[in-house]
Amino acid sequence: MGRIVLDKVSKSFGSTEVIPPLDLEINDGEFVVFVGPSGCGKSTLLRLIAGLEDVSGGKIEIDGNEATNIPPAKRGLAMVFQSYALYPHMSVRKNIAFPLKMAKMDQAEIDKRVDGAAKVLNLADYIDRRPGQLSGGQRQRVAIGRAIVREPSAFLFDEPLSNLDAALRVGMRLEISELHKRLATTMIYVTHDQVEAMTMADKIVVLHAGVIEQVGSPLELYEKPRNAFVAGFIGSPKMNLISGSEAKKHDAETIGVRPEHITASADKGEWKGVVAVAEHLGSDTFLHVHETGLAEIVTVRVGGEFDVRHGDTVWLTPEAGKIHRFDQKGMRIE
Amino acid sequence: MARAVTNQRKSINTIAAWVIGLLIFFPILWTILTSFKTEAQAIADPPIFLFFDWTLENYSVVQERSNYMRFLWNSIFLAGGSTILGLIVAVPAAWSMAFVPSKRTKDILLWMLSTKMLPAVGVLYPIYLLFIQLGLLDSRIGLVIVLMLINLPIIVWMLYTYFKEIPGEILEAARMDGAGLKEELLYVLTPMAVPGIASTLLLNFILAWNEAFWTLNLTAVDAAPLTAFIASYSSPEGLFFAKLSAASTMAIAPILILGWFSQKQLVRGLTFGAVK
Repeated sequence: MGRIVLDKVSKSFGSTEVIPPLDLEINDGEFVVFVGPSGCGKSTLLRLIAGLEDVSGGKIEIDGNEATNIPPAKRGLAMVFQSYALYPHMSVRKNIAFPLKMAKMDQAEIDKRVDGAAKVLNLADYIDRRPGQLSGGQRQRVAIGRAIVREPSAFLFDEPLSNLDAALRVGMRLEISELHKRLATTMIYVTHDQVEAMTMADKIVVLHAGVIEQVGSPLELYEKPRNAFVAGFIGSPKMNLISGSEAKKHDAETIGVRPEHITASADKGEWKGVVAVAEHLGSDTFLHVHETGLAEIVTVRVGGEFDVRHGDTVWLTPEAGKIHRFDQKGMRIE
Repeated sequence: MARAVTNQRKSINTIAAWVIGLLIFFPILWTILTSFKTEAQAIADPPIFLFFDWTLENYSVVQERSNYMRFLWNSIFLAGGSTILGLIVAVPAAWSMAFVPSKRTKDILLWMLSTKMLPAVGVLYPIYLLFIQLGLLDSRIGLVIVLMLINLPIIVWMLYTYFKEIPGEILEAARMDGAGLKEELLYVLTPMAVPGIASTLLLNFILAWNEAFWTLNLTAVDAAPLTAFIASYSSPEGLFFAKLSAASTMAIAPILILGWFSQKQLVRGLTFGAVK
């Protein structure tokens, strides 16, 4: 079981408050992603849950038991690090067996579990190699193997994919998602990559400067961002945030329109502009349009067949009902 | 064509490397060669390189005149003793500075290194007096302590650098995996630090073995190591180069052999942590 409750948890380093008091509930079996720009405190928050950092205030509860002052080893959590953090002097088998050995499990059970994990993670062929002889993806699998054999009440992932190349990242993303479906164990996953957050999470926690900006399912965040920060952070390419007179027309300080909610046309529309850059991805084309009379460059997603080049004039029309409105404090106006 | 150029460059590099290597090795080679010459051949002009009457006479004279084994044993005792004592002091020091650094850690390290910049002769007098007062003159124990102290900054620095290479995340992973302090030390830290400790040990042993200032000034007979053994052959009534060379060869042979066999360990230690 892996229900984790943070109650007014805060963290300061010296006189710098990194995380002001914060409440959060993570339900058993949930895949929760902490996402935010670098330095937003997401890793610190994960390390507080892990017990690798001491909280400066508040309480952490794991499965209904107060865990605030319990050392990391006794919290029943397993962690996968960004740098993999494998033991370089041990074989893959010994790496995976290490937590079980620490738990003084008997050898037969250790072997059984290690072999099981190796099979699940396709590591059987490398079981006697050292981490130095493995590729990045294989190392990450070993790190995951080391976490799953313990059958922890929750997994903590600290940017596990950021050292991998793009193709491998997509593959590992799927593997971790599958693992979650199969084990149905709570997972807390830290990333700065909103695509990872959107694709993997049951629940996303958007953090900014140590403060939770919004908690919700990926679609909730996409459809109803609570403020301009979340609106800008979730979604790729980023939402267009437009202020000034265009926003005033909608009774807002700032309006937001996602690139996929703007239609482009060669002859008619609401805003006239010039294409600064057209990024052709094949399936889609992203247009960055300027000279629209708006202060900001507008990004638009059109179909790959839309034939347009640098310097062409286009007409843009935001889809009705897809315009997000934000007030002076950047909060959403319903 | 491009390949030919590469090959040519390769052979030039190889030749250059051999020339430099030979230049560095030449004094040692010359010493060894001279040790097999007669005194007259040793100072012959022009110098004789290989074609002389090879003789072992110098070795037998040296062996007769002085007790090589006693000097050798003193050298082993001094180098080994100061190295072990140094490690006992330096491992915890470097450990704490690498893993629990404070604001002043860098300053302390620099200050320690700065003591190496002081000319040794500057403290000879006070240490000499201290040795007389404590009755440590010409004693192995006294010299072990002095050698340990003069090499301590280097040992601490080397170990500190090695320990620094061990990523903190691995220790955190061990903590997450349920390792207590004891298990962390036993199963994770120590095995990862062993190559570093081993090369520090070797280097320090070699440094202590070759140390000549303190070993010459603070010993007479009982604690005199091989450095004193060599020095005893440069006498005021003229230099006997062949015998001096024989003595030198005998003095450097053990450390040369040790260095040869521990080459791999030394290199491994020096490149420890170079790859992620």
